[in-house]
Amino acid sequence: MSYEFGFSFLSERWPAFLAGAWLTIQLTSVAIVFGFALGTICALTRVYAHPLLRRFVGGYVEVIRNTPLLMQIFIVYFGIASLGLKLSADVAAVIALVINMGAYATEIMRAGIEAIPKTQIEAADVLGLNRLQVIARIVLLPAIERVYPALTGQCVLLMLASSLTSQISTEELTAVAEEVQSETYRSFEVYVVAAMIYLALSLLYRIGFWAVGTVLFVRRRHLDTPL
Amino acid sequence: MIQFSSVHVLYLLEAAKWTIALSLIALIGGATLGLTLALARVSRIKMLRLAATGYIQVIQGTPLLIVLFLSYYGLSIAGYRLDALVAAGLSLTVFCGAFLGEIWRGCIEAVPRTMWEASDCLGLNRMQQYIYVILPQAMRIAIPPTVGFMVEAVKNTSLASVIGFVELARAGQIVNNSTFRPLLVFALVGAIYFAICYPISVASRRLEKRFHAPR
Repeated sequence: MSYEFGFSFLSERWPAFLAGAWLTIQLTSVAIVFGFALGTICALTRVYAHPLLRRFVGGYVEVIRNTPLLMQIFIVYFGIASLGLKLSADVAAVIALVINMGAYATEIMRAGIEAIPKTQIEAADVLGLNRLQVIARIVLLPAIERVYPALTGQCVLLMLASSLTSQISTEELTAVAEEVQSETYRSFEVYVVAAMIYLALSLLYRIGFWAVGTVLFVRRRHLDTPL
Repeated sequence: MIQFSSVHVLYLLEAAKWTIALSLIALIGGATLGLTLALARVSRIKMLRLAATGYIQVIQGTPLLIVLFLSYYGLSIAGYRLDALVAAGLSLTVFCGAFLGEIWRGCIEAVPRTMWEASDCLGLNRMQQYIYVILPQAMRIAIPPTVGFMVEAVKNTSLASVIGFVELARAGQIVNNSTFRPLLVFALVGAIYFAICYPISVASRRLEKRFHAPR
């Protein structure tokens, strides 16, 4: 074997990698925020709403969780375009990621909400908290705290899965890697670099989530006990 | 432009066989690797634990798509002919192994400590402890999450389309390229994936209910 590894492309192309990583962060972060919001609303619907609505949300979750993200991306990008509404690749990517994240977040949040003892809600009612306060403080915040590790894991998986949006020509990290390798023919090395950036990003997201968790969960910060 | 017809549906169903074949390769390869990793993770040898942990962390922190490209181009550097099936099978094995290893480690650790102690008292050696006491119980715990993970494995085979392996997702792209009916084609492809995955999801939930029933 006489293959010589070469990483010299980095000296010229590192800004492209950086730009790609930045778009990955942007896509993922927007998808996490909106996907989590969608998931929370769906989870509340799934637990408390009218049975018909519950079934509807259940159907959405099952369809998304049992089909590949790649197909969801294609349906949003090519499918909607064929109906006459032309979306840019970035917008289509975000929409597909939000829909995907929403379904997983629904299941995770549902587990958290169902774990809240009924007596806590009754106690909050007795104390005179209104509906919104009960949902926000008695149901949602402890529910999020309980499922936070699962939520973090899902968000990191979403960040990694955002690499699939390269297939509809979103110029994120994987797409940049594909472009650089097609120009430099250093395919293996280029993807090693991309893999290392993704590893760094996963670490970054985990640290970020840990920091947000520390700020958000006052109870845990003070008591340092699991819920 | 070619009209979308039953020929295309048959073509997609034919390609679905490759999706299933690839899933089986991924699961069998991944299970072998995963069991090794799980045992290494709970090993008494520190080096083994560290190596397995490192492997799992790296694979779980890298997109499957990148792993796929790495094995596709890596194989060619190593002097093998570029073969999409080999590259896809290899990277799905690598990927499934990391996730199954982590799932099964949890299952092994979920077996009560007292079981280890009791089997120690009976004079079983480490090997016998695993074979007769720990693994049979861990397996019972492992069945529902493992079946659940099979859904992930099936869905992830769709990525093999990116390196040109003709399975269901790639067949969908090919059909779409000739008929220009993306919504219809990809919805149909999605429906075929759903038909494969949904029964597995339901089975996973049923098994979980059954095994979590009070004993």
